[in-house]
Amino acid sequence: MQQISASLKNAAKPSVWTPFNIVAGIIIAVGLVLTVIRFTGGLGAVTNLDHHTPWGLWIGFDLLCGVALAAGGYMTSAACYIFGLKRFHSAVRPAILTAFLGYALVVLALHYDVGRPWRLPYPIFYSQGTSSLLFEVALCVFLYLTVLFVEFTPAALEWLGLKRARNLVVRLVLVLTIFGVLLSTLHQSSLGALYLIAPSKLHPLWYSSYLALFFFVSSMFAGLSMVIFESTLSHRFLHHKMDEHHIEQSHGVAISFAKAASFIMVGYLFMQMIGLAADNDWHYLTTGWGAWYLVEMIGFVALPAFFFAVGSRERNLRLIRWTALWAVLGIVLNRLNVSLVAFNWQLPADQRYFPSWMEVGITLFIVTLGVVAYRFIATRMPIFYEHPDYKEQQEE
Amino acid sequence: MGITRRQLFGWMAAAGAGALAPGVAKAATGKHFSGYPESFGVLHDITHCIGCRKCEAACNEVNDLPAPDKPFDDLKVLQDKRQLNATAYTVVNRYQFESASGPLYVKTQCNHCLEPACASACFVKALRKDETGAVVYDASLCVGCRYCMIACPFQVPAYEYDKAFTPRVMKCTLCYPRIREGKLPGCVAACPKEALTFGKRDELIKEAQRRINRNPEKYVDHIYGQFEMGGTSWLYLSPRSFSSLGMREDLGDKAAPEYTSGALAVVPMAVTAGAVLLTGIYAIARRREQIAEDERQAAVAQTRAQAEEEMKQKLAEQKKAADKERESVVKREVEKALKEAEEQRAADKPAADDDSGKET
Repeated sequence: MQQISASLKNAAKPSVWTPFNIVAGIIIAVGLVLTVIRFTGGLGAVTNLDHHTPWGLWIGFDLLCGVALAAGGYMTSAACYIFGLKRFHSAVRPAILTAFLGYALVVLALHYDVGRPWRLPYPIFYSQGTSSLLFEVALCVFLYLTVLFVEFTPAALEWLGLKRARNLVVRLVLVLTIFGVLLSTLHQSSLGALYLIAPSKLHPLWYSSYLALFFFVSSMFAGLSMVIFESTLSHRFLHHKMDEHHIEQSHGVAISFAKAASFIMVGYLFMQMIGLAADNDWHYLTTGWGAWYLVEMIGFVALPAFFFAVGSRERNLRLIRWTALWAVLGIVLNRLNVSLVAFNWQLPADQRYFPSWMEVGITLFIVTLGVVAYRFIATRMPIFYEHPDYKEQQEE
Repeated sequence: MGITRRQLFGWMAAAGAGALAPGVAKAATGKHFSGYPESFGVLHDITHCIGCRKCEAACNEVNDLPAPDKPFDDLKVLQDKRQLNATAYTVVNRYQFESASGPLYVKTQCNHCLEPACASACFVKALRKDETGAVVYDASLCVGCRYCMIACPFQVPAYEYDKAFTPRVMKCTLCYPRIREGKLPGCVAACPKEALTFGKRDELIKEAQRRINRNPEKYVDHIYGQFEMGGTSWLYLSPRSFSSLGMREDLGDKAAPEYTSGALAVVPMAVTAGAVLLTGIYAIARRREQIAEDERQAAVAQTRAQAEEEMKQKLAEQKKAADKERESVVKREVEKALKEAEEQRAADKPAADDDSGKET
């Protein structure tokens, strides 16, 4: 963090050798080498995937966490355009940008993970396996990425000075937002529903016929927390790009989002309890797996919910921001628990999966690409400020 | 044994027409499906298996799989538990028990579910349940997502992780091309002890039941695969509990698609109801905004009118006050003037008195 901040302070100077650029450059260089190995040697050359664990870190983190944490896009735009909460307006563009980049990177990561990435359009255009939850995920991710791209274009078009095209797209905002929320609802939930087909492999504390609902509801507070967390970083490193309007609104956004997140998290905890009751899984709570489940539910949902509530009541921005990071980690923990930790829980320890350093390397590479792209766009396009030419029309 | 080869080929001739006729595949949907009529299966009688690995060798040969590190007649490989992999569609494992007279051997391969989890999970229909009973894989459609491997409750599909350009899912085909030619699956043809019996699944269930009834002390009263995961085309008979032979008995009778059909069925409703709900919320928010705006404007107008009224009143009052003021000023001035005049007059008089006084 210190390094990145230093690098941004030096941004005015023409030097390319800032610490941020050096670190990002090294990760990207290593990532490119790993990319070559992956696509010439096959999955086996870089991953620890095996017969029992066909889905590893790239699905557990890059796909499941990536999509959940990009939920800020639909949450913020729905709040602003559908629920008419105009005071969140300045938070919409950063959230849409994050969501767009998030989804784009999810799709990029999938190219690494599937065996024949050039066939990724098959499920949509060539041979539709409609009985598969993965088909629903594929269709929704494809459509939603398109929607996010269109939602993002006004910023790019303003930057490029293409007024007519920009005004045309802005008129579609409501339809796009409704479409985006529907698509998000579907595939956030269907990512959870992917695991419904494997009740014999996922631990009963995490397996539930409500899994789809759990994924959807948790994506809501994941998105809200991510907007707060990301705005914290932006305030630190991209403050000079923000206009008064953005800065003025941002505290209110953080406080309101914290309040909403805490409310949804409490609801989520009750839903989890209903899930336990429905399958009568209470007796598992006294096992080691139960302890781990409670760590997730109490340590990473109940406590952040409490601190969000305290933070929003006392208008304590510092507390809210740290809690946002905490809640984001909680979501990562939940997705990894479902996809990796509690999956194949009956296998003996020596047959369990642990990612190779190269899988971690590719994941870091993809996250770094996201950060670099975000910075590139946010320092050039009107993301944190309103373009002077369009100030009047912005509010519609 | 109950089924001779001759009988078998007779069934196949009868089933042939039906098996090859095109039909709407109902496998991999939410509806209950109890298998294609006349579809085939294999009964594996574990009590007959001697662990010779001839089935493994035959499988390797008919499917053109790469030669293994150790030859198939090397029975030392049975010392370790092996699992299916991308170069072996079937493996035989040995299970040793202290009390029993000898070890038991169990052959593992794809069980060819009636409603396959893998086929319902495949998002490009690269896996399908064939009318012959085989679960068939089409590599020309496969994207390589490996969701079939996640879905399979028997851990069957393997993946060619080491291939960069043409990785495939690898699993037993029930020798589906051979069945269509009227031949037996490779493993069944090679079995020297009739531990494997090929036939129509319905008949095999009857045969298995017959064996259990004839020798109830020899078998546990359970045909594994009759109901597991909605039923499988491979069926097993065992002298002891299947869970002691590495076969899961906690899978339940529900076919895999039944676990997901609910989530899938909700989708169209969620879209429709969601669209109505969101548009409604938008309309309400918009209306509320409109009302707030109207109220604001009304309030402004009212305030303005009020202010104007007040202003008028104030002006009138001021005018009145000013008039009064002016009046009073005039009055005062008049009074002043009068007073001054009076004073003047009074002054004149005593002045005259003074003059007279001076003179005196």
